[in-house]
Parts: sequence; structure tokens; C-alpha cells
Amino acid sequence: MAYSEKVMDHFANPRNVGEIEDADGIGEVGNAKCGDIMKMYIKVDNDVITDVKFKTFGCGAAIATSSMATELIKGKSINDALKLTNKAVMEALDGLPPVKVHCSVLAEQAIKAAVSDYYKKRGVDPTLIVGEIKECDHDHGCGCQL
Amino acid sequence: MNRIYADNAATTALSPEVLQDMMPYLTTVYGNPSSMYSIGSEAQKAVELARVDVAEAINALPREIFFTSGGSESDNWAIKGVARALKAKGKNHIITSAFEHHAVLHTCDALKKEGFEITLLDVHSDGLVRPEELEAAIKDTTALVSIMYANNEIGTIQPIEELGAICRKHGVLFHTDAVQAMGNVPIDVKKQNIDLLSMTAHKLHGPKGCGALYIRQGVRPQILIDGGAQERGMRAGTENVAGIVGLASAVKRAKATMEQRTEKLTRLRNKLIDSLSKIERSRLNGDREKRLPGNINMCFEGIEGEALLLRLDLMGICASSGSACTSGSLDPSHVLLAIGLPHEIAHGSLRLSFSDETTEEDIDYIAKCVPQVVNTLRSMSPVWERIKQQEQGK
Repeated sequence: MAYSEKVMDHFANPRNVGEIEDADGIGEVGNAKCGDIMKMYIKVDNDVITDVKFKTFGCGAAIATSSMATELIKGKSINDALKLTNKAVMEALDGLPPVKVHCSVLAEQAIKAAVSDYYKKRGVDPTLIVGEIKECDHDHGCGCQL
Repeated sequence: MNRIYADNAATTALSPEVLQDMMPYLTTVYGNPSSMYSIGSEAQKAVELARVDVAEAINALPREIFFTSGGSESDNWAIKGVARALKAKGKNHIITSAFEHHAVLHTCDALKKEGFEITLLDVHSDGLVRPEELEAAIKDTTALVSIMYANNEIGTIQPIEELGAICRKHGVLFHTDAVQAMGNVPIDVKKQNIDLLSMTAHKLHGPKGCGALYIRQGVRPQILIDGGAQERGMRAGTENVAGIVGLASAVKRAKATMEQRTEKLTRLRNKLIDSLSKIERSRLNGDREKRLPGNINMCFEGIEGEALLLRLDLMGICASSGSACTSGSLDPSHVLLAIGLPHEIAHGSLRLSFSDETTEEDIDYIAKCVPQVVNTLRSMSPVWERIKQQEQGK
């Protein structure tokens, strides 16, 4: 299995790693039993994501997709961030091996989870805006309900 | 950047001396061993001399050695062959263990579909099966017991002689997959009551695609590969002459250097285990002493194995892991789960396996790199963050 140069670059030098102490939204998806967890922190000002950081437990693709996803939403409006698809993350990374596609899904969901948390903190029901958050796109009895 | 190859349990580099021994049979002596002319009979002679060398290495008779395409074929033949042959006698039960190689486990799955009953022995947290548990599992209908000599992931060496004695006592045939053990531990099929034994060349600096199955005289497995009369009618197909010569050469060399290599690798292994064990929340998988001299398998909590491997690769170190991502499936290694590790910890495993070519400098370099990589990955891991928070909470 081979990763593209871009995946290796984002894996070896991940962008936006860390935490935001006074984050406006924090989202976490995945579970340790499956082998990947992504946690995303966003800072929002006037509906614009002014800062984003992540922490990821997972394989090379999980780290690279987290890194790329944060790059793609930084400075964007919340609406634009919610439009980011896993496909767009994959394309930006010059593709992923088929078994790693679920990592890009996780990255997309991590952003949605962070935005969802942002709305919740402001007393807004996020489900109408963000939709349902999927945590895991495979089925092997790990209890992640997908 | 120098490359440090620490994945010798996956495969080994072909030894230049072995290649030299093989060369005539890849070039000038291309005859078919079944042919009558001189380059045919020369090839046949090479195959028979190789049979003697391989037999001597495990204290078998040359006529008890059958050349195959490698470990997987040998395992398939031994298990399917014996099971199907004994089914007619009302024996339809096979005992194996939960942490066998897939060549054994999936073969047993296939036999289950044919109506065989399969018992999987527990592997304890030390990576060993218990002889008394084997004895308790044997029934009147048991046809075969198949327990690996040494595990390919955690390197633990099973109490083969005791297991063999129990099988003999109960009149049950005993097969062992010795793919990892061959050349690394002394094997004596007579003393250890082994009826069938699988081996392969490429784990001991021989070529890929050639192995052998030892079948004790008097044991009659069904034929797996039908066709010509090669291997005394037991395994069809024109002999892989160069591969067979390579297997014998590799086996002979491994046996000659075993004592000295074991001493060196055991020392280097223990030094590295001691060093890596200083990493907090790390653990060695499998018994520390009853393991292959060149095997280390450890888990580091809060990180995932594939990321660990990729970072080590960037530093020039080739290793492997039992994480789901590296197994190509969604679950981590069945071996680590079999010894009782929870999924989340099994995802963070690292296997290092060494050979004669491994140097003290390699070990020191690995000892320096692994903690760096573990720290880097932990610094970006939400799982590690949680572990630390829980620690502080206490």
C-alpha cells in the first residue's frame, strides 16, 4: 500500500496540531477500538472559523486527513466548512488507498461535530444545520453504530 | 540514510552464499529432474542431496521430506491431508490454537465447512498454550493437533516436546508449523514426537517460494496437489530445483550458525527490550525468555501502529505492527487479541525482528528512534491526552 506524496507530507508534518484552550467548538469522532479518534477544536468569529486545531489517534491516513481538513476550513465561513466533503479532502491529498477512505469520512465528521458543539454552546439545536454526525463508516461489531 | 531491516519475521534477505549455491540451477543445469539426460539427472541429484541436508537438520529421514512451495502449502497439505485421510476412520476433530498463522486457521475454517469439528486452544497472556489443556481437549474423534512451534508475531516458543508426547500418548497425529522456528531453535522430530512439520526457505535467508513438509514414515495424508509422480507421487509439479537447493543451503547454514547467533541476538534483544520498556505505558507481548532470540513485540498505549511504522520508515527503520491498518482488516492482530490485549492497546503494537546482520549500532539507533516517535505521536493523540487526564484524576 502506498500513500501519495501529499499524504506523506501531511502525515510527517501535520498542520494545525494541538488544542485551542478557549475553543468555541470541540468535536470528537471515532473510537479507540476501531483504531482512530479525531478531535477537532474551532475558534469562530462572526461565523468565520478563525482558528482550528486537531488531535488524532490513528494511522497515517487519519493524521493526514485531519491535517488537510483543518487547512481546508481555516478562514472559511461555517457554511463553507459544513460543505466540505470527504471527497474534497481526499482529492486535496491526491487520493487515498481504498481501505483508507473511512479516514476522510472521519475528518469530514470531525468538522461537523465541532460545528455542532459550537451551536450547542450557543443554545442552538445543531441537528437542523449540521445534520447527523456519523462516527464510523464500517461495520465490524465494534459498537460504533454504523 | 542507512536502512535498518528489522522485519526478518516477514522475510529475510537472500544470503549471497545461498544464491551462489542456487546459481547453477538457475543457469546451466536447467534440466527437468524427471528427464533421462545428464542435465536432468544432475538436477535430480541436487534435489536428493538437498533432501538429505533438510532431513538431517531436524533429525528426520530423507524420505520423510517433501518439497513444497512454502509454509502455506505445507500447512494446507498437512492439515487437509491428514484430516481427509482420517475422516473415513471416524476421526473428524482437529485441535489447534487461537493464535496460529492464517495458513492454519483458515485451513481449519475450510475444513469446518466440510464437517470437521475444530477446537481452538486458549493462548495465555504469556503467549503460550498449556499442555494440560491440550490433553483435556483430545477426544476419541481427534484426528490431528496443529500447534505452531514459534509464533510469527510475538515469537513465543511453545512447549513442543510436551505437546508431542501428549499426542503420541493418545495416538493423535501432531503437526507443527515451524516456519518461524526453523533455523532459530534446535528441532528434533524424533525426540519431540512431531509427525508433520512445515518449513519455508525465505525466513532463513533462502529464496521465496520454496518450503518443505516433513511427514513421519507411516503417516499418510491425502495428496493435495494431484498430477505427475514427483516427490514419490505425493506432491505433483516439476521441482523448483534452484529453490530446493536454496532451502537446503539456508537450512544448513542456519543450523551451523544457530548457537552463536542465538547468543548474539538474545543479548541484543534483551538490551533493546530493557531500553524500550522504559517508555511509560509500554508492555512486552509474550514471555520474555520463551521467545525467538530475534523477536521483540511491544505495545505503546495511546498511539496507532501504522503511524508508528511510517515514522520509523522515515528514519530508515523497517518494522511491522499488528494494528488493524497494517493487517488490511478492521481488527487488530488476532494474535494480540488471543493473548488478551484489548483492541485499543493491540492497535499500538510494534514488532521488531532481527537477523545475523543486525548490529549493536542498529539496536542503539532503534532504541533512540522509537521513544522519539512514540512521544511525537502521543503529543497529538487524544487517547493519550485522556490517559494522562485519568492519571491526574487519581
